[in-house]
Amino acid sequence: MVYSERPETARGALGREPQPPSAAGTLDWPLLVFEKLREAEVRQVAYVPDSGHARLIELCHADGDFTTTPLTTEEEGIGILAGAWLGGRRGALLMQSSGVGNCFNTLSLATVCGFPLVMLVTMRGEWGEFNPWQVPMGQLVESGLRLAGVVVYPVYDAALAAPAVEAAARIAFNGNRAAAVLLSQRMLGTKLFKD
Amino acid sequence: MTQNENRLRRREVVGRLLADRGDLLVVSGLGSPTYDCAAAGDHPLNFYLWGAMGSAVTVGLGLALAQPRRRVLVITGDGELLMGLGALATASVMRPKNLAIAVLDNERYGETGMQATHTAAGVDLAGVAAATGFPAATTVREAPALDEAARTLREAEGPVLVVFKVSAKREPMVLPPRDGALLKHRFREALLGSAAA
Repeated sequence: MVYSERPETARGALGREPQPPSAAGTLDWPLLVFEKLREAEVRQVAYVPDSGHARLIELCHADGDFTTTPLTTEEEGIGILAGAWLGGRRGALLMQSSGVGNCFNTLSLATVCGFPLVMLVTMRGEWGEFNPWQVPMGQLVESGLRLAGVVVYPVYDAALAAPAVEAAARIAFNGNRAAAVLLSQRMLGTKLFKD
Repeated sequence: MTQNENRLRRREVVGRLLADRGDLLVVSGLGSPTYDCAAAGDHPLNFYLWGAMGSAVTVGLGLALAQPRRRVLVITGDGELLMGLGALATASVMRPKNLAIAVLDNERYGETGMQATHTAAGVDLAGVAAATGFPAATTVREAPALDEAARTLREAEGPVLVVFKVSAKREPMVLPPRDGALLKHRFREALLGSAAA
């Protein structure tokens, strides 16, 4: 389901007044996403940095209840969150779209065992990309994740980021599924390669 | 390439590490380490990996962070660890005191025809762990050192890694359950109670 095409459903899930579409920078969507992760009882967050995730990473590090793990490569996070679930804790994995390609074999750990997995993916190579090297992987992310058995929530509107994270967390933790929220360059802003 | 110079026997090593295991939580890497752990006695607090090569250390790390009062022992092979060397750096950064890693290093890919791994050419996995900042990382080659190595893995402040240089001789296969959902459920039930399964 593409959230921007069904805003009523998504906004209904938000449980409050609909918000107008917002450009990145005018809505503190990382804070709203962080609150949804907290509400979902996520306490272990693993990440490979991306500028689009910078504020959310800061929020996770600043919260003493969170165990926040920087990774050398994204698939480490799938193992760490599987281990966390074995130990009774819930987690989320933050990465840029280029890191999705690093994850495919390791995703079998989540799908074969039915480990809940919440992935938050900031997109590159997808909307007005400057750097052609980002495009091949960026174009593979959505269909590739679906082929791997991951439930995918593309988000093009910053106001719908938090509701999508809430939906992904519910289907992951209630249904023992892997779910990915794809945060579009359209809402994050396209990297301009200027000082 | 089917033999090496190593004298330690992998089953003897794992038997020693898992004897009187108490409340130890165990994660095994795919291939022979999973069979070795099963041969030492199946246990609901063994989480056996049958795939996802390179993930044994990260699963152990996530578990150790979630259960800081329980000792977590990862038992894996040299090839499996080589696929995810970055995980050692990540574990070092997180510094879980309760995480121990045992590497059964036969210098071979045992599941695929005994091809040489990088350790056969001298790559030093304990040296890698030490370089990432592990407070303890050693290599054991002789049986008399097993008791002290087992004590280190059980008690030393982690993250700690011990490489056991083991023979490349194949052991009889002992296959534990391979249904991932079953392994996950029984582990959680044994650790967290029936409500968590």
